[in-house]
Amino acid sequence: MTRITRPWRRRHVLAGMAGALSAGLASAGRAAPSGQPVRVGSTLSLTGPLAQTGIVHKIAGEIAVELINSRNGLLGRPVEWVLLDDQSKPEVTRSLYEKLITVDKVELITGPYATAPILSAMGVAQRYQKLFLQSSMGIPKHLTYEMAFPATPFGPEPNKSYPKVVLDAMAGTPTPPKSIAILTSKFPSAQFMAEGTRDVAKERGLNVALYLEYEFGTRDFGAIAARVKDANADFLWLGALGLDSNLLLEAMKKLDYTPKRHFHLYPAPGPLALSPDGDLALSSTFLEPAPPFTDRADVPQLAAMYKERATKANVPYAELDAQGAGMYSQWQLLEQAVNGAKSLDDKVLAQWLKKNGADTVFGKQRFDGAFNHGEPGQMVRQVQNKKWVVVWPTQFAPPGVKLIAP
Amino acid sequence: MPSMTLLGQSLVSGVLLGGLYGLVALGLSLSWGLLRLVNLAHFALAFLGAYLVYHLGTVWHVPPWWAVLLIAPLFFVFGVLQHAVFLYFRVTELTSLLATFGISVIIESALQWIWTADFRRFETHYASTSLKVGPIYVPVIELLACIAAAALAWVTWAWLRWTYVGKALRAAAEDPEIAVAFGINRRGLAFVLSGVCAAYAGVAGAFIALISTLAPSQIWTWLGVVFAVVIIGRLGNPLGALAAGVLIGAAESVAMATFSPAWAPVVSFSVLIVLLLWQPDWL
Repeated sequence: MTRITRPWRRRHVLAGMAGALSAGLASAGRAAPSGQPVRVGSTLSLTGPLAQTGIVHKIAGEIAVELINSRNGLLGRPVEWVLLDDQSKPEVTRSLYEKLITVDKVELITGPYATAPILSAMGVAQRYQKLFLQSSMGIPKHLTYEMAFPATPFGPEPNKSYPKVVLDAMAGTPTPPKSIAILTSKFPSAQFMAEGTRDVAKERGLNVALYLEYEFGTRDFGAIAARVKDANADFLWLGALGLDSNLLLEAMKKLDYTPKRHFHLYPAPGPLALSPDGDLALSSTFLEPAPPFTDRADVPQLAAMYKERATKANVPYAELDAQGAGMYSQWQLLEQAVNGAKSLDDKVLAQWLKKNGADTVFGKQRFDGAFNHGEPGQMVRQVQNKKWVVVWPTQFAPPGVKLIAP
Repeated sequence: MPSMTLLGQSLVSGVLLGGLYGLVALGLSLSWGLLRLVNLAHFALAFLGAYLVYHLGTVWHVPPWWAVLLIAPLFFVFGVLQHAVFLYFRVTELTSLLATFGISVIIESALQWIWTADFRRFETHYASTSLKVGPIYVPVIELLACIAAAALAWVTWAWLRWTYVGKALRAAAEDPEIAVAFGINRRGLAFVLSGVCAAYAGVAGAFIALISTLAPSQIWTWLGVVFAVVIIGRLGNPLGALAAGVLIGAAESVAMATFSPAWAPVVSFSVLIVLLLWQPDWL
């Protein structure tokens, strides 16, 4: 169990020093939090197959708690994050949330990472009528609990809204694709988005040359690569998780085939960006640590602190991305709800969020739509010079950056 | 209807993948068939080998073939020690499942502790190299894995069939008491075989490192298909393990090409069930 009771650490790099300085300046003139800590409980996948992203959430969460405590804590009391390892297992997640609420007696909870653990934890939150904040639920329609709120702007129907964004980006290129190959892992959130993309592609008159689903954890992509090559579509949409993207691109390379344009839904960002096969790969995002996002409050400081700590923790891609930002946003929601409503009562906090929304690293978020979701904010990013940059919608691209479509 | 090129390509990919299945299955098949120990730790050991090859390659730039020469003897020693522990605790065929499951969990935890749960990929400049035969591409690393599997399976088969040690091992597996009565040093041979099985895990691990993604939890993803390969290939039969691996790999790959990739995991057990119902003489 990780108890984050002494969050202050020395900074060893300039970026971290800048972060600490700004945190210090931000807290100047405010009373330091004091008294009995507000105990906030949650689990993360610190071991098991989801651990590579779990560590991203842990780092971002620790930064958020540290910054909240550098301000005024929650209602003037310091925050203590009681964090348990759910081992990437939904059944363990459920038991641990029970423990957090009934044994550890935490006052508030926040959600774990990934759809399946979130669904498990949400059931427990609902039983005990706890406010439930999460940032990585890819299928919003399952978020049926009235006190559950998303910290990431997926929108109520990302399976309809996001394919439009991606296909708009493609349609905006000098040679829009006429055919699409859709290949997806059977991981629920990826499959959900793939089905939506197929429907939107058909509506737009694109020829869906291939639609394939493969098991989560597929070891060998040789035969799948052969089918993608055989279909030879203008645009490959890949509902990939983790290193599936790298493995598939490598398998296609062995067949001397490079897809003309390729989109990857939830890839491991570092390995894909750094791989020679990943050049010009497209992917989904909500935020990257570059303008105009760095104009938003908290983002430069968060990005600098995250980079320092992720580097120290040997995270393969040490840049802040949508996952880390989502976790940070989760804590922003909690801080604003508690301090705004001046209460730790879960129902009061839920009502406050529903009424006021919250200002997060993703911008202003509202929760007045279906399943407590507001406007969608998913964007398209591309690997350019071994780095992810937002390329669509164009107003979110850094100055001088454009979508490159061969 | 898939094109002939697609079918041919899938078949080649499947046969080569099957070679890797056979390579991983080889040590397990020998251990189960001749030592009467169901060694679940074989998978964990193969992944430990894969991680060591990855580490030696990425940190110290040791080529994988040199890494194998280093790892195989080390694993041989590990296998011998493991068997000594099994003998000491009088581990039987049934209890070996539990004991080796425990060892697997320990190795998995050690992998996670040392290399974290992150996915690792051993990037090499030759990883994507292929030979072109007509319209078909043959990936070089997979081809080498298949050749290594065939070579080891044949050598092991020849060793068991034509050498005194091999005949003694088979006799000891067939009827331990009579074998001992005929002067066979059953204990000593079992140590050797246990070491050989572990060394084979190291060799398989090297190819896993070059072909697959590494994550500690991936240990368990090989379990089902390799068990099917071991049973179809007959326990303790090295050539059978290779043939069954190729059969399963090819069947999986063709299923991916003609139906859906999602059907691939069903294939190995479907083939196993069909063969168990059919009960051909060679099984």
